Amino acid sequence: MSEKAVEKIQASPEEAVAKKQTAPKLRKDMTKWEWTRRQMAINKVGYLLVAPYFLVFLTFTVAPVILSLILSFTSFNMLEWPKFLFMDNYVRLFLDDDIFLIAAKNTLIFAVMTGPVSYLLCLMFAWFINELTPKIRSIVTLIFYAPSISGQVYLIWQVLFSSDSYGYANGILMKMGVINSPILWFQDTDYIMPLVITVALWTSLGTSFLSFIAGFQVVDKSYYEAAAVDGIRNRWQELWYVTLPVMKNQMMFAAIMSITASFGFGGIVTALCGFPSPNYCAWTIMHHLEDYGGSRWEVGYASAIATVLFLIMIGCNMLVTKMLSKVGK
Amino acid sequence: MAKKHFKFKIKSHHLNRSVGGDIGINIILVIFGAFMFLPMLYAFMQALKPLDELWMFPPRFFVRNPTFKNFTELFRLMSTSYVPFSRYVFNTAFVSIAGTFGHLFLASMAAYALTKIDFPGRHVMFKMIRLSLMFHATVTSITNFITMSALGWVDTYWALIVPAFGSTLGLYLMRQFIDSSVPDVILESARLDGAKEITIYWRIVMPMVKPAWLTLIVYCFQGLWNSGTSIYIYSEELKTFNYAVQQILAGGIVRSGASAAATVIMMLVPIAVFVVSQSNIIETMASSGLKD
Repeated sequence: MSEKAVEKIQASPEEAVAKKQTAPKLRKDMTKWEWTRRQMAINKVGYLLVAPYFLVFLTFTVAPVILSLILSFTSFNMLEWPKFLFMDNYVRLFLDDDIFLIAAKNTLIFAVMTGPVSYLLCLMFAWFINELTPKIRSIVTLIFYAPSISGQVYLIWQVLFSSDSYGYANGILMKMGVINSPILWFQDTDYIMPLVITVALWTSLGTSFLSFIAGFQVVDKSYYEAAAVDGIRNRWQELWYVTLPVMKNQMMFAAIMSITASFGFGGIVTALCGFPSPNYCAWTIMHHLEDYGGSRWEVGYASAIATVLFLIMIGCNMLVTKMLSKVGK
Repeated sequence: MAKKHFKFKIKSHHLNRSVGGDIGINIILVIFGAFMFLPMLYAFMQALKPLDELWMFPPRFFVRNPTFKNFTELFRLMSTSYVPFSRYVFNTAFVSIAGTFGHLFLASMAAYALTKIDFPGRHVMFKMIRLSLMFHATVTSITNFITMSALGWVDTYWALIVPAFGSTLGLYLMRQFIDSSVPDVILESARLDGAKEITIYWRIVMPMVKPAWLTLIVYCFQGLWNSGTSIYIYSEELKTFNYAVQQILAGGIVRSGASAAATVIMMLVPIAVFVVSQSNIIETMASSGLKD
């Protein structure tokens, strides 16, 4: 009798625990909605923690995109209530707006010249820098990274390529007798695009560069030793077969950073060649957007431009990440 | 035995490396390093040149008689500006600090919840963040103006500070860092001890992710420091240091010395911030990878 009682007492806590664990219905017994609601109730503190950030994020990043998609179908000048136009803005953009087509062409040239080129430069420099000893490595990293964080220091290129004979480039060329009169570098349509692309590349070793620098340091040294045993013969094979597959995630992140940045060099163009650039020769979609949205207050039309730009950027990024995710598969 | 060990060490250092390749790499690094560095050095040289050297033909790269006159000239110009110059500096400092800390707290709180609390919808939220890394902020600038004016924030500090809270790169990096460096076991044991989520976030997770904080601070600060004219601000009293420097830069030939000095000041601050935080930023970036 007493033995049984003791047994019961001993068993009961375990039983209670067992009961408590089986008491809630299992996931398979619930409908999806029931399960979700239960999870939401249990983890409601999660929503509390993300709420402040997401309030700001939704207001200033998500809402503007949706709003500009809606406004792109209307004519809106910020004063009167928007008039619904349906596709008129887009028709005008692609068929009637010659300057937009110039802008689209320049944007693509910019993106192709600065996006992939800058990406490959980031990879190459990070790879080379990784071969250096740690102290020198951090100094060289700083030298390559500094132009991208130094605000408007790219204006120094305007001094280097200044249009009078006191500019460094003109001064040297005139002294050597190559030219007789100074070249108007940032006003001459032949020189603007190459120069601006050079400056853009100069400032482009930013976040993606750092991501690569970090990626190379993550790779475990023992992989290299194992690879050498397995017959990897030179640094190219090592990069291709060992390093890149290991840092695939960094590669994807760096690609997104490079591509997004390659569409954002409008500010440099404006600062170096003025707004608008001579003969619209370095006019990008970004400038077109600024022109219609900021100066002419044709917000509906500007929204159509913004939507097109948004789709181009997202499209390029999706395409590239799809391509990169195939690396090593 | 000792000799053998030594030999292996040498070998592992030079694993798969040809001498020719090493030389080639160093040559390329020197050439491109010069391309990156010389314009920066030139900016620095310009700031130290007296006026007669700035306007000399043929122009010289290096300064002959370095002087700080350009900097004193810059400060003189600053003291004569319409709005006291300290106001611009205060604006930049205030906006940078308020924006950065707000961003740090909001983003790290959200990053913790997104990584370590399993609430429905968190994957969708993170997908949205990832998607937003894929487009440039210019796309939203026009419609944001509408939002700002609806909120009545046009021409106030709020228009500069609050959008910085929602910067996505910071949240993204913080989330990846928490994901890779905070083990679930620690959080589970804290939860079993009855700790609230907010306590876990503040007392356990935040001290573990210091490199990521610093990265967020540096990124956010750089963004705000380098932001010049904002379309949301038109009062002179609310404009930032960067804007004031742009005005001096726009002054043309007369002010070329002062503008060179201003450029150097503008560039040295972010560089100094980066030098101090470099190792932490690299550590954070190591976890930045994007998984598909």
